[in-house]
Amino acid sequence: MGQQDLVSRLQETFGNSIGAVQLESIDPWIEVSADGLPEVCRYLRDQPDLKFDYLSCISGVDYFEPDPKKAVKLDGSPRLEVVYHLWSVAHKTSLVLKVILPRWKDDQEGVLPEVPSVADIWRTADWHEREVYDLSGVHFRGHPDLRRILCPEDWLGHPLRKDYEMPLEYHGIRCR
Amino acid sequence: MSQYLISHWGWYPPLVYTLMAMLAASLVLLVIAGGSVVFIWMERKVAGRIQDRLGPTRVGGKFGWLQTIADGIKLLSKEDLRPEGADAMLFRIAPYVAFCASYGSFIALPFATGWVGLDINVAVFFVVAVLGLEVFGVILAGYASASKWSLFGAMREAAQVISYEVPLGLCIVIPVMIAGTMDLTKIGNLQSGWFTNWYLFHDPFTFITFFVYYTCALASVNRAPFDLAEAESELVAGFHTEYSGLRWSFFFMAEYGSMFLVSALGSILFLGGWNGPVPVAAWIFGEHASQLSGFAFVLANVLGLMAFILKAVLGVTVMMWIRWTLPRLRIDQVITTCWKYCTPIAAVMFVGVISWQLMGLPNGGDVLPHHEQGSRRLPGSLRERPFETGDALPSANSVGFESEHGEQERGQVDG
Amino acid sequence: MSTTEEKSSENKVVEFDVRTDEMLVNMGPQHPSTHGVLRLVLRTDGEVVSEVTPHLGYLHRCAEKIGENLTPRQWIPYTDRMDYLAGMSMNLGWSLCVEKLMNLHVPEKARHLRVIIAEMQRIASHLVGMGAYGLDLGSFSPFLYAFRERERILDLFEEACGARLTYSYLTVGGATADLPTGWLQKCEAFLDQFLPVIDEYHALLTTNSIFIKRCAGIGVMSAEMATSYGCSGPVLRGSGVDLDLRRDGEEWYTNMYDGYAFEVIVEKDGHYPNDHVYPGVPPEAVLGDCWHRFYVRMLEVRQAIDLVRQAIDRYSAATDSYGEPVKLNEKLPKGEAYLETEAPRGQMGFYVVSDGSAIPYRARARSSCFCNLSVTSELCRNTLIADIPAIVGSLDIVMGEIDR
Repeated sequence: MGQQDLVSRLQETFGNSIGAVQLESIDPWIEVSADGLPEVCRYLRDQPDLKFDYLSCISGVDYFEPDPKKAVKLDGSPRLEVVYHLWSVAHKTSLVLKVILPRWKDDQEGVLPEVPSVADIWRTADWHEREVYDLSGVHFRGHPDLRRILCPEDWLGHPLRKDYEMPLEYHGIRCR
Repeated sequence: MSQYLISHWGWYPPLVYTLMAMLAASLVLLVIAGGSVVFIWMERKVAGRIQDRLGPTRVGGKFGWLQTIADGIKLLSKEDLRPEGADAMLFRIAPYVAFCASYGSFIALPFATGWVGLDINVAVFFVVAVLGLEVFGVILAGYASASKWSLFGAMREAAQVISYEVPLGLCIVIPVMIAGTMDLTKIGNLQSGWFTNWYLFHDPFTFITFFVYYTCALASVNRAPFDLAEAESELVAGFHTEYSGLRWSFFFMAEYGSMFLVSALGSILFLGGWNGPVPVAAWIFGEHASQLSGFAFVLANVLGLMAFILKAVLGVTVMMWIRWTLPRLRIDQVITTCWKYCTPIAAVMFVGVISWQLMGLPNGGDVLPHHEQGSRRLPGSLRERPFETGDALPSANSVGFESEHGEQERGQVDG
Repeated sequence: MSTTEEKSSENKVVEFDVRTDEMLVNMGPQHPSTHGVLRLVLRTDGEVVSEVTPHLGYLHRCAEKIGENLTPRQWIPYTDRMDYLAGMSMNLGWSLCVEKLMNLHVPEKARHLRVIIAEMQRIASHLVGMGAYGLDLGSFSPFLYAFRERERILDLFEEACGARLTYSYLTVGGATADLPTGWLQKCEAFLDQFLPVIDEYHALLTTNSIFIKRCAGIGVMSAEMATSYGCSGPVLRGSGVDLDLRRDGEEWYTNMYDGYAFEVIVEKDGHYPNDHVYPGVPPEAVLGDCWHRFYVRMLEVRQAIDLVRQAIDRYSAATDSYGEPVKLNEKLPKGEAYLETEAPRGQMGFYVVSDGSAIPYRARARSSCFCNLSVTSELCRNTLIADIPAIVGSLDIVMGEIDR
């Protein structure tokens, strides 16, 4: 099935949940709204002709430029993208989903944006979501055990955010 | 020798006996400590060769002879650490308990006819019983360390060693039964002559028994593939996780001591002890081979000692070979091996040997002519005096007991 | 009398009160068989483990954050330190991903050079995996036998790029240097010598009855479970999932193996490809258990030998260059690219986002071991303590890659 067919099928089925579509880029991607994500994912996994049963990767990408002089270079408005790379073992096809979030929920600094968890659809999402939460600061709603995974549990901040600043010290250890 | 001191020099007998006991004890200590040193070096060398490398090469010349001494000095200079939560007293004594058990059982182990720390008529029983005490040291160490890994190791050790005592005991009873005595010296001497006289070749059942014995012995001294108490990939280091320095090395000495002991015991019980595969003594001395005295006796004993040590070392080498070749079993598989395989096989062998004896089927010893007359006619006689150290070195097959100055102490035992 | 009665009643209470307590045990981060600094918290009742919780991050070095501050070629050495047992494969994954973003095709000779290096790296990596697995099960010698052969591969790599562990050899645009003269002969000599040695490993481990007892039927993972957990590489194929990115992956990656003949190592109808050469599957083994994962690795070593041989022929026949590396500060086109490659331990994915400058806006590494490890708590439930090294070892993890 061509990417275009898949997109129109998803648009038909889920309507508003499907946002922008970028088919010309190197890896074509489909934007999915945060709330519609679990249904779309479940559909993609369960439909026998799609069968995206393998979640390769979840990445968080922070689009933000703290320096106002450089901010003009930024493509689009400041945002946080959660990128889902899917793969179908049976059909050997791949698909990229993107959820575009505000950097902070309701623009209140310090409140993490929320995405529903897909850990019950793909088990591997469990750890990947923990990693994205840990490093990029996205709250995954409904995740069974959303803890930091790579950083220590009492670490502050989310290191892969562009405005993150390394703390001066951690438990008496000089960091900078 | 004590008799000599008492009768010729008029020394106070209790003093003489104490002195003799101390002499014997220090000799045994020397053997076990020296033995451990050699075995640890050997283990490293054997492991090295098996693994396609050289092993120690520097300390003490080309072959790294002194590597263990260097290790020992290093261990001596290490801090004697004790975990904060540990039971201080038990933690400290545990290595000694393990070591003493291993060491204590050497007392009754004859190295050649009459060359034994303490010649007791139930030596087999003594050795096995005292060696079994080693497990207490390990359990104490595991318990007192206040470490969970140590505790796991100790519990495994307890389960394993206690289980394996059963088939091990059964295997040991078989040669005892054939010999009709528990005196290791006599059991050894009964197998003199051609190698077919060895109990290994007594009948097919004893042949199999030997391998069951060896397996159980491996398990009871915690050697791979049964080294679960210190399984380093699971339990860090098991019962000795928290030990360091000299105390740690005591566990090692105990381990190598026990390894040597079970091999030595196996070689006495099955492999003819200090008797070589061919009756050299009988060729040289003919009829008098069993009644040597003086220099000839010492010479024969030295040769016998060498044969004995060789067999025991061979047993230890095979243990090393096994260790560096096989993966480790799991605890349930170890216990299964004991109860489902070793114990039934040992029991069947036991019944088999009894039947063989009862039916009067030919023994291995009947295949070749006996140079040693009456070697199997010896009854399992009990010693009349319970405790004599080093006195009355019995002659080559315990027919008569002669002291060093040739005085006939006792009449013929059999007759 | 009354006191004895009291005593006996006390005894009764004690007797009925005999119960076992659960205990929490920390396995790691300094444990000999957790392959680095993995920490597993075990909830055990005696020897039985009821729950395993892995804790990661002891080797976290913010590699992705560093990647946002360096150009792709400058980040290559950091990829080496991810899966430090397969540095070349990490280099390759990142280089291919950046090349995909730049739409940069490497010359034919560079392609075959990459196959040689990647497959040699696979052999080296699987040798460690195999040896360390023997170590986990208490068999020490195969580890050193494996290292003996690996050492020769490292010697070859050293000759090619000067490093033995962190190579930074394959890079964006090709490789940093061509193979030195005489290298191919040495490589072929190694393969000739190495092939019969594999039988030794099979004798010591694969067919050893204690080994089979320890890992057959342990840690069984179904194909669905393996897919759902995102397992990859030998772990996935050991569960019978027919997926190998060298054949099934994205075109950008499979192009590298264009024209190569190889069969994906996966069990089909109870048989592995070419398994007549090697000992068959023992009756105790269940598809998806530790033994199968181990066996797939062993067969992949053989497969890699074949691939290297093919690649050597093609490489010698190719006449163009080994591929000039791009400039250190080469500007990246705006866009993003994700590419997964078949590293020895599984599918290693790299994701690069660029805003048009020389430094990637975001560099992301999808680690194969990270996903493979996530299955531990499921596999280790209700096993014995001794099975945990067996299971974790069969996943063949490298903490450097998991924690990045």
